[in-house]
Amino acid sequence: MSRPARPEAQGADHPARAALFTADAERTRWHDAALWAVRVKRDRMAAELPEWEALRERAAAIKAHARGRLADYLEQFEREASARGAQVHWARDAEEHNRIVHGILAERGLTRLVKSKSMLTEECHLNGYLETRGVEVIDTDLGERIVQLAGEPPSHIVLPAIHKKRAEVGELFHRTIGTAAGASDPAYLTGAARVHLREKFLAAQAGLTGVNFAVAETGGVVVCTNEGNADMGTALPPVHIACMGVEKIVPRLEDLAVFVRLLARSATGQPITTYTSHFHGPRPGGELHVVIVDNGRSRLLAEEAFRGALACIRCGACMNTCPVFRRSGGHSYGFTIPGPIGSVLAPGRDPQAHLSLPFASSLCGSCDDVCPVRIPLHDQLLERRRQLATGPVRGLFWKRLLMRVMGVVLGARPLYLAGGWGARLALRRAPRWLLYNRWNAWGRRRELPAAPAESFRAAWRSRRRDGQQGDRGGAPAGAPGRPR
Amino acid sequence: MTSREGILAALRAAAAPAAPLPTGSLEPVRYPDPAARLAEAVAAVGGALLRVDGPAALAAGVSALAQRLGARRVASEVPEAGPGTVALGALDDPHQLEGIELAVLPGAFAVAETGAVWLPGAALRLRALFVIAEHLALVVRADALVNDMHAAYARLRFEGPGFGVFIAGPSKTADIEQALVIGAHGARSCTVFLLG
Repeated sequence: MSRPARPEAQGADHPARAALFTADAERTRWHDAALWAVRVKRDRMAAELPEWEALRERAAAIKAHARGRLADYLEQFEREASARGAQVHWARDAEEHNRIVHGILAERGLTRLVKSKSMLTEECHLNGYLETRGVEVIDTDLGERIVQLAGEPPSHIVLPAIHKKRAEVGELFHRTIGTAAGASDPAYLTGAARVHLREKFLAAQAGLTGVNFAVAETGGVVVCTNEGNADMGTALPPVHIACMGVEKIVPRLEDLAVFVRLLARSATGQPITTYTSHFHGPRPGGELHVVIVDNGRSRLLAEEAFRGALACIRCGACMNTCPVFRRSGGHSYGFTIPGPIGSVLAPGRDPQAHLSLPFASSLCGSCDDVCPVRIPLHDQLLERRRQLATGPVRGLFWKRLLMRVMGVVLGARPLYLAGGWGARLALRRAPRWLLYNRWNAWGRRRELPAAPAESFRAAWRSRRRDGQQGDRGGAPAGAPGRPR
Repeated sequence: MTSREGILAALRAAAAPAAPLPTGSLEPVRYPDPAARLAEAVAAVGGALLRVDGPAALAAGVSALAQRLGARRVASEVPEAGPGTVALGALDDPHQLEGIELAVLPGAFAVAETGAVWLPGAALRLRALFVIAEHLALVVRADALVNDMHAAYARLRFEGPGFGVFIAGPSKTADIEQALVIGAHGARSCTVFLLG
């Protein structure tokens, strides 16, 4: 089952894709509220721990330290993992990663693979690569299975099918796995998926997992799931392949406590995931392969302004809190990792293709506040904008022009005053067609504000005059401010 | 240059400035009554906690649980809890575990903070048992209780090959419209017996 061309291959224009999502107002409202509910659960969990901020600081410090010594720690990891019987592979890019995974399967004649969640394999488009080579690939996380059956990429890194309503899942399952027509009860549909996937688990010849954390000190990899799919997929078939980006390394076993405490609380508002599985070497009679992947991460590490983004533990908290993500859906980003963190990462890979993403933010900074590893996301988004605007990319003509004009106007008092006068006049007198047209993105779904009676400067002057006359009672009549 | 050397060289060339590795305690929140907190935390993750004062009460509790669940195929790795009805020693392929309705397994310790129980892989003849069984009973000694995850990791050692898992409640998912459903791929219920 191969997925259609990925959005990132098409080059995504975030506003245009977001418009497709928001065309369904009811769905947009639901999506917004559902993700906000996850954010609220996260807040409750964070508030339970007085040491929450110290934990975040500790996590950020461990990651900052590791970024200075990634190569050393990876070598140590390789030594320790090999000593415990794991086989370590290295892949410079997606193609090599896919070739290694396929090689492991092909050498053993294995054609049935079950996968638990791995954003890295999404990034490498592993599924399509294996499927065209005769390997059946089954995503086993329920949300991932839903989007796989629908032929779509995940829309959220923790909640892959959050963009789908239960009736759509019911219809999809009816068509693909034979659930009753019209059935949409989540418990029923989950039960049917359990039976369907249990068969796949029992028939699988190899299991592939992502890696949440890899411990240099012990050579172990840690995988966190709520469903138990990583454990089913690695305890039944004899071959376990674990794929990790180079940034997943933590130096010591004790560091896991910090990250495990932060991860599930930030992701879904749970104290810990149901299963936190620690793999040190293969199980008796089995094989454990760990594939370590660069695929652009060393390039990101070299970018001083953005290397901090390598600390990301893929909890999704920045997405759940982001006012733009909540209202535009993950598919609008057209990148494997959507939301604020994805908007920082994507232009590093291909600035031209992902031009619109750093602008898909109000720069409110809410993502910074919830990030468990304290990535300064909104600073990085602003920096990406600067980098794009001053770089060679095409498609920013109007933004660049507008900023240049604004720079001139704001730097020259007479122009600024004239501009304000003109805007107030236009708001009062101009015909609608002149104000509400394709150039006015703001006015597409909203009315422009009523023009204030006088400028802020005029209001301020008269306020001061009144103040000197001893009348301090409230704002002067006609003061700008409150919309009525 | 091999890929390994290429990646390591690229990472060394791009390495961030050295930063110290933080050490020392974070002074995590302390629970005055860890057993009470554990019961709360286990309930919060969808499990149940039962206190039993000795092996006899444990065996009775497990047998009552099996009866309530209607579980006939019971596999036990905890001798004090009774032998179960499945002879695990006779099985050598994890696929043979399919259909086990209740697995009774020995947790090494429990964590008051999160409600998680540490299950060392060495306690299982076949690792799949903890996730393939329809229902799970974890037996933990009441004196094997740690305050938080920091204390939990301080107890762990991975000298050689081996597997271990923190289990917090039953398997669950909310992937369809964020509606919580218990029993995704693993156990549909998880009962922690606190012994002694």
